[in-house]
Amino acid sequence: MNLPLFDPLNDPGPDFASLVDRAKPTALPSTPLNPGDVPHGTTVVAVTTAEGVILAGDRRATAGNLISHRTMRKVFPADRWSGVAIAGAAGPAIEMVKLFQLQLEHYEKVEGNALSLEGKANQLSQMVRGNLPAAMQGMVVVPLFCGYDHRREQGRLFEYDVTGGRYEESHYAASGSGSLHAGTVIKLGYSTDMTREQGVDLCISALFQAADADSATGGPDLVRGIYPIIASITVDGYTEVEESEIAERFANMVDDLQSATAAPVGGRP
Amino acid sequence: MSQPFYVAPEQVMKDRADYARKGIARGKALVGVVAKEGVVLCAENPSATLRKVSEIYDRIAFGGVGKYNEFDQLRIAGVRHADLKGYSYSREDVDARSLANQYAQMLGQIFTHEMKPMEVELLVAEVGNDADEDTLFHILYDGTVMDEDRFSVLGGDAEAITERMEALFSPGLDTQAAVNAAVDALAGPDRELEATDLELAILERSSTHRRTFRRFDDAEVSALLGPGR
Repeated sequence: MNLPLFDPLNDPGPDFASLVDRAKPTALPSTPLNPGDVPHGTTVVAVTTAEGVILAGDRRATAGNLISHRTMRKVFPADRWSGVAIAGAAGPAIEMVKLFQLQLEHYEKVEGNALSLEGKANQLSQMVRGNLPAAMQGMVVVPLFCGYDHRREQGRLFEYDVTGGRYEESHYAASGSGSLHAGTVIKLGYSTDMTREQGVDLCISALFQAADADSATGGPDLVRGIYPIIASITVDGYTEVEESEIAERFANMVDDLQSATAAPVGGRP
Repeated sequence: MSQPFYVAPEQVMKDRADYARKGIARGKALVGVVAKEGVVLCAENPSATLRKVSEIYDRIAFGGVGKYNEFDQLRIAGVRHADLKGYSYSREDVDARSLANQYAQMLGQIFTHEMKPMEVELLVAEVGNDADEDTLFHILYDGTVMDEDRFSVLGGDAEAITERMEALFSPGLDTQAAVNAAVDALAGPDRELEATDLELAILERSSTHRRTFRRFDDAEVSALLGPGR
């Protein structure tokens, strides 16, 4: 691999995708024709809290009516202060995240400064728009993007549509097949200035209810010990919640649900 | 038809080398030191925005002295090389040796074939799991590569600074000691360097982040230099 040098008129600047396009075009993903049943990732949610944003996603990928993966990761760090969660065709989505992460890192290294949160959100918007031809073939990718905005000193979250439309939400967002159910749970349980713990519990409950009503969303797998991936983004950056903590919170939620729905002794009056 | 004057190849090379050396000697120096907690890079640089030390990849850093636009162009090419390689293969396949060779090829090619050689000296540093695995590649304007395992000195007045570094360096220095050794070597006996005259960064060996490069701000540099300065 040679040293990529360009004359000033043809220089790709800090844009990694145009660099790949000039230096190694075959490495970029292209649009497949009629891909058929490919794995699809399902439900992801995000809520803002007092300290930042919580981002969560279940672990199931489905191809048609089959479960193709039980441990898929849909929540990723985008850089140290932001995260991205994906729903839709798994292959292109993971590729998009990989390219997005690199895009941010590459910009930061070439320019010497990180992009603003707004700039990162717009960058992702362009990538989703670039995926439109593939989306028309059924390979839809719809991400959520969250991060801590150091200029405004608050967590922010963005959702997207297939065409790259970017919508900033001030409270919560959900994407994927179970988003209707998950979104409703969050809508009912949401309050402004929640703590991190309340935010995590709300996301857990939303994903559980989505899995309960949507066959493509995976619930907690107690046999294999598979739980959703939940990340918290605050002024200190992106951190993932420990699996043991998620397991414990799930257990508490299940206990609460059981005591709430158990039939009263002696039957109902 | 006029014949071009014959100039002996030795003379051409010597003239070019003198030209490059003069350009480099005008600039301020940079020191890379292998320390206990990682590789410390310390440059004398009064500018807070035009940097001589930068991040290339997870465990690789770049240092350049000489003509700013020329080494900055090479720095960007290095970032591109590393990111492309990591993207097409894997992050762990990106190494300093391959990048140093690329730089050497490039500089050698320009030195022999172009009118004007590049007036730069480069340092490509990589942090390993322990100090023995750290690598420092020092690349000259003509493509000469030197693999150094304790410290590297680049730029103007390098000989005197190397001599002072020899006296101050010992294996297993902690970050503060390494920084002070580098700063004392850069300053020499007759000058004092302050935090604002310096650019400092480290490749942290036991960083919890994937990207180990960290820049010290002026306050951190002052703290490392101690209250004496």
